Amino acid sequence: MKATFAHMGTSPLIFKMLLEDLGYEVVFPPKPSQSTLSLGAQYAPEFACIPFKIVLGTYLEVIKDHPDITIISAGGFGPCRAGYYGELQLKILQDLGYNPDMIFFWPPLRKPWDFYQKVLRVKRSCPWWRFIQILRKVWKKAIYLDDLELLSFKVRAREIERGSTTRALQQGLSYLAEAKTMKEIDEAREAAFKELKNVPVDNRRSVLKVGIVGEIYVQLEPSANFHIEEVLGEMGVEPRRSIMLTNYARHDVFSKGDIKTAKLASPYLDQKIGGHGQNSIGDVIRYAQKGYDGVIQLAPFTCIPEIVAKSIMPALSRDYDIPVMTLFIDEQTGQAGVETRLEAFVDLMRQRYMRKVAGDEKSVIKSAIAL
Amino acid sequence: MNVFLGIDVGSVSTNLVVIDEDNRVCTDIYLRTRGQPIAVVQDGLKEVEKELKGKNIKVCGVGTTGSARYLTGIVVGADTVKNEITAHAVAASLIVPGVQTVLEIGGQDSKIILLRNGVVTDFAMNTVCAAGTGSFLDHQADRLGIPIEEFGEYALKSKNPVRIAGRCSVFAESDMVHKQQMGHSLPDIIAGLCDALVRNYLNNVGKGKEILPPIVFQGGVAANQGIKHAFKKALQQEIIVPPHYNVMGAIGAALLAKTAVRSKNTSFRGFEISSLNYETGSFECQGCSNRCEIINIFVEGKLLARWGGRCGKWDNLRETG
Repeated sequence: MKATFAHMGTSPLIFKMLLEDLGYEVVFPPKPSQSTLSLGAQYAPEFACIPFKIVLGTYLEVIKDHPDITIISAGGFGPCRAGYYGELQLKILQDLGYNPDMIFFWPPLRKPWDFYQKVLRVKRSCPWWRFIQILRKVWKKAIYLDDLELLSFKVRAREIERGSTTRALQQGLSYLAEAKTMKEIDEAREAAFKELKNVPVDNRRSVLKVGIVGEIYVQLEPSANFHIEEVLGEMGVEPRRSIMLTNYARHDVFSKGDIKTAKLASPYLDQKIGGHGQNSIGDVIRYAQKGYDGVIQLAPFTCIPEIVAKSIMPALSRDYDIPVMTLFIDEQTGQAGVETRLEAFVDLMRQRYMRKVAGDEKSVIKSAIAL
Repeated sequence: MNVFLGIDVGSVSTNLVVIDEDNRVCTDIYLRTRGQPIAVVQDGLKEVEKELKGKNIKVCGVGTTGSARYLTGIVVGADTVKNEITAHAVAASLIVPGVQTVLEIGGQDSKIILLRNGVVTDFAMNTVCAAGTGSFLDHQADRLGIPIEEFGEYALKSKNPVRIAGRCSVFAESDMVHKQQMGHSLPDIIAGLCDALVRNYLNNVGKGKEILPPIVFQGGVAANQGIKHAFKKALQQEIIVPPHYNVMGAIGAALLAKTAVRSKNTSFRGFEISSLNYETGSFECQGCSNRCEIINIFVEGKLLARWGGRCGKWDNLRETG
């Protein structure tokens, strides 16, 4: 039986292992490209957000050659309208004459019985003891993937040769992708870490730290966010996403939401507004308290939860004295426009840093005029 | 005389400015980009050379800004390549010391920059919407059959501006047609459009920003008296339009170039480059699924620069595409 799934950051690597261990033939989806997006946009409702269009485009790319595919997807109850995206995508595929099997996983605590039924469907004849073994392995790999990404953020901001960290990270990810047993996964982690640690770095460089908050898909998927982590890293900035694979799984799927983040956000927004709206608020405060130099909010265009969160950002920025910039992401390919904003934002953060930390009152502007 | 050259190549206009050591503007040139950044920069350099002929000047530094800043930087041999936000903030601070707010509306971008104590503390740019930029005004002036230069004068003649939806240029246009068919006068419609545009700007890029005086209004649209007046009305503050309002980015780039060459010699390739033959070419790298678009710049048939790759594979100029 053939199965596939959508791309979201490094998550395909763990889904691939999970499904292969359960005996599926995995059709690994092509990385989202401009043509994926164009294909998705062609068949998606015009007002749907970019995650919908990329994911739909991916399914269309795969299903063309594999009409008998099983698509595994998240769905149900929100967290925003994305909760209904799975069903809608299935309808669109059916309208186009395909008839794939689609399994949507709804949050386990909201519909435990449904969740259980779907686990049974995916698990098939695999015995429970074996299934749990596989899940433990998957979880371990997910943690290692996150660890590797987090290390790459540190290294990239300090790399001497541009692009060397990205190459080492790709190498490392490929080791983890290959690893199948617990032992291999541990070994792959060691080898991957070694790759990153071998990247020549300049440890004296003064590196800015910027937090990234916002909607999950555009945070995790580089092809949707203009590879923002690479771009920032190559400007000597160390990014930190508020959502990683494993903390997403810990806080949003297996429990009822990150209570601490909600508590932080509550003076500004005391309830869930769908998506990651409330998290974005709480996460900005957390970054501010941890002494970050700034925060970038990523949001798909027309994303209501993030629009609401954005309107609160000026108050956070003022109260916590931290610069916040919002980037709305849609179909446009204007990488230059994004880079201009990022460059200007990094300039702004650097100026603040110089003033606050180094006590240097001379700004770029003042020194340019004084000459 | 030692001078510094600033070049701002934007989506609609390309501006070149030469300043002297006392930050005085010696010459400023405003050209339309017309989608040909290299050719227009070459034209601009020719004009600069012509205007400064016989003045015994020496270009000691070059800075570039605008959306084609990297391309231009390579072509001219820039000492500094800086984003428009910083460049505009630098220029505004020179002309109006202590400026706290910069409103900038250009061809396709509109931005707001907040400064406190000479440091940029916040900024915003329009993202997915071009309503309220110069291109939109251009289009509407064209539709109404009046030259864009006279647009502002019409607006000032208005006694009762009509209300026009400014949220989206499509809605604005249908609103305008409706108002015309109802029989409203042209000045009232144009003034209404100016109000709508300013409302949209303040609600969009200016959302939640603390707009404190002195306020400088610059960019090509600052030529429009109607928009200036609408800002004044909406903000209840004096709006300063600096004398070189349409070339402020280039002034900023020139000032930044002056800072950049303090400790090094300029890498300016000279005015001769205006007669060289530059060619660009691009190809899609098939090395991985990123499918980067790699751009090659050739001068007189020789590869001068290349960029666009994410992995660094093409950074080495010897490899050919």
